[in-house]
Amino acid sequence: MTTAVQAPSGSHLSAAEVAQLAHPKQSGKARAGVVASYVGMGLIVIYCIAPFYWMVVSSLRLPTEGRSTEFIPSPVSFANYAGVFAGQNNFGRSLVNSVIVAGTTTILTLVFGIVAAYALARLQFKGKGMVLWVIMACSMFPLIILIPPLLKMFSSTEPFTWFPYWINTYQAVIIPGLSFGLPLAVWNLTAFFKQLPVELEQAAMVDGCTPGVAFRKVILPLAAPGVFTTAIIVFIGAWNEFLVALTFLQDPSRQTATVAISKFTGTTGFDTPYGTIMAAGVIVTVPLLIAVLIFQRRIVAGLTAGGVK
Amino acid sequence: MATATAEAPARPARGDGHKHKKNALSDGQGRLAWMLLAPTLLVIVVVAGIPVLMSIRESFYSANTGVDPNTGLVASGETFVGLQNFTAIFTNQDTVTGSYGQMGRFFNAFWNTTFFTIICVTLETILGVAMALIMAKAFKGRGFVRAGILVPWAIPTIVSALMWKLIFDEAGVANRILGTQILWLADNGFSFVAVVVADVWKTAPFIGLLTLAGLQTIPAECYEAAKVDGATAWQQFVRITLPMVKPTLVVAVLFRTLDTLRMFDLPYGMIGPGKYRVETLSIFAYTEATQNRYGPAAAYAIILFIYVLLVAFVFVKLLGADVIGDSAPKKSKKGRAAKTAAMPALEMTGGNH
Repeated sequence: MTTAVQAPSGSHLSAAEVAQLAHPKQSGKARAGVVASYVGMGLIVIYCIAPFYWMVVSSLRLPTEGRSTEFIPSPVSFANYAGVFAGQNNFGRSLVNSVIVAGTTTILTLVFGIVAAYALARLQFKGKGMVLWVIMACSMFPLIILIPPLLKMFSSTEPFTWFPYWINTYQAVIIPGLSFGLPLAVWNLTAFFKQLPVELEQAAMVDGCTPGVAFRKVILPLAAPGVFTTAIIVFIGAWNEFLVALTFLQDPSRQTATVAISKFTGTTGFDTPYGTIMAAGVIVTVPLLIAVLIFQRRIVAGLTAGGVK
Repeated sequence: MATATAEAPARPARGDGHKHKKNALSDGQGRLAWMLLAPTLLVIVVVAGIPVLMSIRESFYSANTGVDPNTGLVASGETFVGLQNFTAIFTNQDTVTGSYGQMGRFFNAFWNTTFFTIICVTLETILGVAMALIMAKAFKGRGFVRAGILVPWAIPTIVSALMWKLIFDEAGVANRILGTQILWLADNGFSFVAVVVADVWKTAPFIGLLTLAGLQTIPAECYEAAKVDGATAWQQFVRITLPMVKPTLVVAVLFRTLDTLRMFDLPYGMIGPGKYRVETLSIFAYTEATQNRYGPAAAYAIILFIYVLLVAFVFVKLLGADVIGDSAPKKSKKGRAAKTAAMPALEMTGGNH
């Protein structure tokens, strides 16, 4: 890959786009440069896709061939997918749990985040820098620090006997989930609101809207793509969350999909049921991948918003 | 239930906003702003602030064990033990044999965490920048590559841990391709390598994506001028590309560093809990907490927290990482670039602890 980076390329070929690596040498090497860049991109794609391909392939084998190293399964079998939903795994239930947990986290995060982001993007006030630091710091601290006190509290051990027993409840996962979802949402949405010209609201207010109405009727509809992107990103984060769910959801009927997958056991007890695990992994990942691929442009724009104009 | 209580404060806040403020965009914005921010700040205090304080309190206590001499029952409750949970780290008899010889389990986890962070972040940065340079050079098919790059990002970390577990199985495809018979998952030096490979796979493309955004803000004139002056490609890279992409890159690296310091899912899912060659501080603290040793667990989590704070401080002070981006309007160029990186990096914190 490094060789591809340093390979000379013709500067006249692609104008500004390749300028950063442009080399003073002329057309003789131009073709080589193009080829090198395609080879480089091919390598990147293979690097990113190959392990995922292995997961898909492994899920399509016969359950008895879990560790086979054939690059193409023969025969192709969907038995693992049937196995995922077999009785003891409770996987269908865990998918529902994941949707509930991730969905609620996303909605709550957006409700709070939109309001806060609007203030941060539009209003001037003392202490704004401090608020930004608090929100940023909130996304930085290790999640593990929440685990000991919350585990103690949610399981109503002394001295928290007054606290309701929250182990195996959704709120035990949703509430800590807000601590990483909210900073992210506020941050993303602030960037989106900032991109919208303030003249829009001013025009609306000249026409007699209050700031609140101007926000609801003018800004919010225009920011809808940003809100949507933020929702996807927060949802993916909450859907993929593992540590908190692993700690607080111990009952198989309440586990989220990520926890359920990590606890799959084989029928014999010793043999890891790789086929089933891979099938479950594909099931959990594919909806995210479809969303990511459809909204690829938007997500990348959301993730890097403000930088490329 | 959570939905109801959570939405309640949000609505009045917005309502008050336009009831009290007729011209919020001109003056007196402070009050409106704080009303709009109140619900978010309240949530942050409740879900993050209070638990952190509780954790600090917890680290000074120890659960009672044994039999209560007065009642004859198994002892319950907890006792204030001062700094004992912290000093026990140094006097601990609980020594384990990891990659660094015999030492306390805490120090073993500490060094694992540190080396994971240094090695993973270095590799991810080099690979990510290389990817960004390739993508920046391309003028066709970039969308295709971007789609590919989002694949590792979208796969849940625990799923990718299990995926790599299969790949690194003793009878797995990694050994087949390498022509070796290494026991990657058997808690040895190779396990560490396997976890590094999996982590780099998942996050290097993302650093690439962020760096690409930074690269695209560099004006083409810089390179044209350099070319006129006869600079080589390497000189251009070192003198133009790196300095100009630095603000983006430093913030991206900062967030990746903080993310790797709290690594949990990958070693836990691939190698398992209680495996000393790959046990990180997060895994150690988790193990202690789930065995009802809340005091030590909180102490370890707090040390990790301080470690993270120190690293963040060093990045901000020494490398000038402009994480807020917004608070420094004087350096508008830098601020904007930093903001670019900060947001995606934030995003990454979601699934990859």
